[in-house]
Amino acid sequence: MPILQAETTEPSHVGDSFVVEREHLEQLLQALVSRGYEVVGPTLRDGAIVYDRLTSTADLPAGWTDEQSGGAYRLQRRPDQALFGYAVGPHSWKKFLFPPVQRLWQAARNGKGMRILPAEAPARPKYAFFGVRACELSAMAIQDKVYLEGQFVDPGYKARREDLFIVAINCGQAGGTCFCASMNTGPKATSGFDLALTELLQDGRHCFLVEVGSVRGAEILPAVPHEPASDADRQQAERILDDTKHHMGRRLDTLGIKDLLYRNYEHPRWDDVTQRCLTCANCTIVCPTCFCTTVEDVTDLSGEHAERWRRWDSCFTVDFSYIHGGSVRTSSRSRYRQWMTHKLATWIDQFGVSGCVGCGRCITWCPVGIDITVEAGAIRASDSMKAPADQSEDSP
Amino acid sequence: MALRKPKLAVWKFSSCDGCQLSLLDCEDELLAVAGAVDIANFPEASRAVVKGPYDLSLVEGSITTPHDAERIHGIRRASNFLVTIGACATAGGIQALRNFKDVKEFISIVYARPDYIETLKKSTPITDHVFVDFELRGCPINKYQLVEVLSAFLNGRKPNTPPHSVCMECKERGTVCVMVAQGTPCLGPVTQIGCGALCPAYARGCYGCFGPKETPNTASLSAWWSELGVSERDLMRVYRGFNAYAEPFRRESEAHEK
Repeated sequence: MPILQAETTEPSHVGDSFVVEREHLEQLLQALVSRGYEVVGPTLRDGAIVYDRLTSTADLPAGWTDEQSGGAYRLQRRPDQALFGYAVGPHSWKKFLFPPVQRLWQAARNGKGMRILPAEAPARPKYAFFGVRACELSAMAIQDKVYLEGQFVDPGYKARREDLFIVAINCGQAGGTCFCASMNTGPKATSGFDLALTELLQDGRHCFLVEVGSVRGAEILPAVPHEPASDADRQQAERILDDTKHHMGRRLDTLGIKDLLYRNYEHPRWDDVTQRCLTCANCTIVCPTCFCTTVEDVTDLSGEHAERWRRWDSCFTVDFSYIHGGSVRTSSRSRYRQWMTHKLATWIDQFGVSGCVGCGRCITWCPVGIDITVEAGAIRASDSMKAPADQSEDSP
Repeated sequence: MALRKPKLAVWKFSSCDGCQLSLLDCEDELLAVAGAVDIANFPEASRAVVKGPYDLSLVEGSITTPHDAERIHGIRRASNFLVTIGACATAGGIQALRNFKDVKEFISIVYARPDYIETLKKSTPITDHVFVDFELRGCPINKYQLVEVLSAFLNGRKPNTPPHSVCMECKERGTVCVMVAQGTPCLGPVTQIGCGALCPAYARGCYGCFGPKETPNTASLSAWWSELGVSERDLMRVYRGFNAYAEPFRRESEAHEK
């Protein structure tokens, strides 16, 4: 029972928490739609829970969950009608903020030279992400570092990011390949959202604990029937998150992981993983933090018109490391090592955080189930050159 | 641009003609193609033949007869650039299935008068016979890739036809991986991009029509397929498609042949 009876019409503030009943969640989604947002979120398609356009909460995968392991993902029915009772799927939000294919510029032939055509304004869809997981918020923060906080700012990313409204969802259960608890990125969303929901399903009651994370979040709340959250509601949410945290499908020991990988460039495990790695690039493309791109120049048949396109690339292709004279990483061993070492070690030097948020996508969506936690664990288990004091901490 | 339009010739060897037809299939781009090049020899489109030499020859089909093996040299000599199009010309095609057996046996079964048939023991790609400037993959080729190759040739640049996996194209489209989500065996992780990742978009596994990708790890994929329940016999057969004689697929299929 609420201890304090507050008027729900009073303005809410960042940090406040409220309860929204299941049937009123629709009003939140419609409030976003009516404010001009294109709402995207989890929905069922092709045997998976993907991120796509939502027109109502009826598009959410009510009563579905997923079973995930290395190289395998299966939808399952849940005994209840939870709307967010599953882990992350094959898509990540980066496909909206950082589309896989983008035209950078166009040019027209001008005698013997060419004339760059005036730049188009970047496409600026106003997105509301509905159901963003804590690990995904961390991934977005990492991509922000790449696109917004470096020497060069990506104007398209910046535009889409500024307009973005984020409804986070705290995870009510961990997936089979999840390890956010190891990476300190979840399962609770702590920052970077406008509203954060925790789905409460108990004793026939189905509601959401809503935490206000921003002024924008507070502004939208009056459009949705809500009441102040009770201590009991908050405690229930805490219990759910605590339970999720203790049921992670995977675990990654990050203690001194940077130096561990730096001193094991020649570890035999790299040869072992090479036997299995397909260099198909799936792990990098599904990764919510991987940001590498390539550019393609195209011309039309007349040679009067040229365009430069940017598309997602991967360190698993041979061309990725092509420099004058050939590719630097011709062996799949060097390519896998590059990816994993970048993700877990050199990323820390480059951006000050780990490049891995523990979402588990690279494990689930690897067609042959290669598991970054197992590979890192195997190297640690037979670390031939243990540092004298492994306590020297540099893990993120 | 050159003052005169480059002369384009299209040649056919052992093939179904599907790849040449991709050129006619260009529809929207066809007038632009016809405007950019002189189509000097293209029997599928016109009986008019302009004598060589040719600036660009598109060669379809594999070499399967002694006559083919001789004719390709003449074409090479008459062509400044020679581009092979399709799985037959780049890997030997479906007819390269004969390479795994004794072709004489087939002939004796199929033809009433086997002695009329003059054929080679193996169906081989063009590059086994003459120098090839560029190989365009696919069964059939993708018409957009063909236009890209023509544009690149006309503008003196490298064509954008990446050699990496079909998976990257699936992910670009947002297709859910059929192997991971449905347990459907798929050759995408060892197959070169180019088709637009068509089959997985329709919930089918990739058939490998564009042949092996760069650095394909077929052994690892086969091991995983075995776990999905695919038999050794089927593993042998799955690599024996349109690109059966492409080296990585040939070796992998033979590894599963009893």
